[in-house]
Amino acid sequence: MKMVVAIVRPERLTAVLEALFQADVRGLTISHVQGHGGEIEHVETYRGTTVKMELSEKIRLEIGVSNHFVEPTIAAILSSARTGEVGDGKIFVVPVERIYRIRTGERDQSAVTPVATTESPDS
Amino acid sequence: MLISTALVLLMTPALGFFYAGLVRSKSSLNTLMMSVGSLGVVGLAWPLLGYSLAFGAGTPGIGGFDHVVLRGVGLEAKGSVPHLLFMAYQGTFAIVTAALISGAIVERVRFVPYLLFITLWSLLVYAPVAHWVWGGGWLSTLGALDFAGGTVVHISAGTAAVVAAVMLGARKDYARQALLPHSVPFTVLGSGLLWFGWFGFNGGSALAANGQAVLAFVNTMFAPAAALTVWIVLDVVRMGKATAVGLATAIVVGLVAITPAAGFVAPVSGIAIGALAAIPSYFGVLWRARTRLDDSLDVVAAHGLGGIVGALLTGVLAQRSWGSPVDGLLFGNPSQLMIQAVAVVVVIAFAAAGTAAILFSLGMIAPIRVAVAEEGIGLDVTQHGEEAYARGEGAVLVLPAGRGPSAHAAR
Repeated sequence: MKMVVAIVRPERLTAVLEALFQADVRGLTISHVQGHGGEIEHVETYRGTTVKMELSEKIRLEIGVSNHFVEPTIAAILSSARTGEVGDGKIFVVPVERIYRIRTGERDQSAVTPVATTESPDS
Repeated sequence: MLISTALVLLMTPALGFFYAGLVRSKSSLNTLMMSVGSLGVVGLAWPLLGYSLAFGAGTPGIGGFDHVVLRGVGLEAKGSVPHLLFMAYQGTFAIVTAALISGAIVERVRFVPYLLFITLWSLLVYAPVAHWVWGGGWLSTLGALDFAGGTVVHISAGTAAVVAAVMLGARKDYARQALLPHSVPFTVLGSGLLWFGWFGFNGGSALAANGQAVLAFVNTMFAPAAALTVWIVLDVVRMGKATAVGLATAIVVGLVAITPAAGFVAPVSGIAIGALAAIPSYFGVLWRARTRLDDSLDVVAAHGLGGIVGALLTGVLAQRSWGSPVDGLLFGNPSQLMIQAVAVVVVIAFAAAGTAAILFSLGMIAPIRVAVAEEGIGLDVTQHGEEAYARGEGAVLVLPAGRGPSAHAAR
């Protein structure tokens, strides 16, 4: 089991979600975050006040996946989130100790398996 | 007249809020500025040249140059009001009409080319049409009825909107992802302020505080009420729920439709116009959303269709007993409907050709659309270097060299 944490551009989010759903990755959480990843700061001016915005808006996706879903998930994000410019974001793959599905109390592999395919033994 | 002029001027920022609420937050300032910018550039072009082209003595096709830079526009009476005030009042119409077009091309247009576009449009399209209908031009000779701007304002802006949306193309995300309104309360607030300003638009068009102004005022109150009610019924029958964006749109549709008729029809006819106008606009909005036409904020359905319905129904319901110069179809003068139809068709054709010519020429000089990447980031940051909802986190103050705390300078 892994937790895939991806930071992507807000304007790529729809493409990323489409790619993930196509790869059958259905359970995920997103949050709006701000960060700095080496991109050029943009300048804003409010009357006499000029500021350099050092943090850019990003979207963080957190996706708990079973082992054989790790590579498809990464591939889907890499292909859909990339624009080629600095600031496309990062993917972190983090080991997970335990996972519970709150509704049923299932744990680990069965807790991150899509609901529709719970019965199939290989998941 | 002073109050009416101020009321109509308020309609332009009101329109800005109406439109800004309907776009995504990353382009909401740009959308607001597309309306507010018109207060500047069209507000300046009007006294310098536009007024003369619209209301100067000239040919039936266009006014002359005798009032350029307000020459000969002083405090002498023009009709029942001072000439200078008449000029200012008409200027507020030119400003709001140009701003109306922006709703069809939001979230994708560079700001300076846009300002050039509406400035030229107010001189080359709006001013001639205003001259035809109100400035002693050939449509007024023909007898076309347009009390406060159904053809001049709404049909011309609605036509320009569809042409501009087609020529500039859809937003990159249009029909690929949901482009949702970021602040529906702004939109509802804008529609309320538009309604308030519209009392000056229609009531003031009597150009005096007389009985006709009262009639126009009352029609401006009850026609949108009828449109609003019909829209709720349509919403509830179709989806089971009435929507806030729908109601805000219905108010505008009712106002647009009553505009050409306001001082010419009985109050009960005004209610009928508002109620009838809601139907084509309602289904126009539904139809447009399924097409490739990214008339983003439905200027065509609200102003184009609403304006056409209003202009034609004016030819049906106008009554001499309520102050109209001629009767309409229902009161024994079928030819008036034909005259109204001629005015509608000619204004559509002229506005379409004029808009296309201006956009084509501007497009030869400079690109009008922003780059695709800028569209993704949003126009507020890329066009204006501002955000509507800046949180200030990570913002580092840029101070002139040699000043300010060294902690900032070190960064």
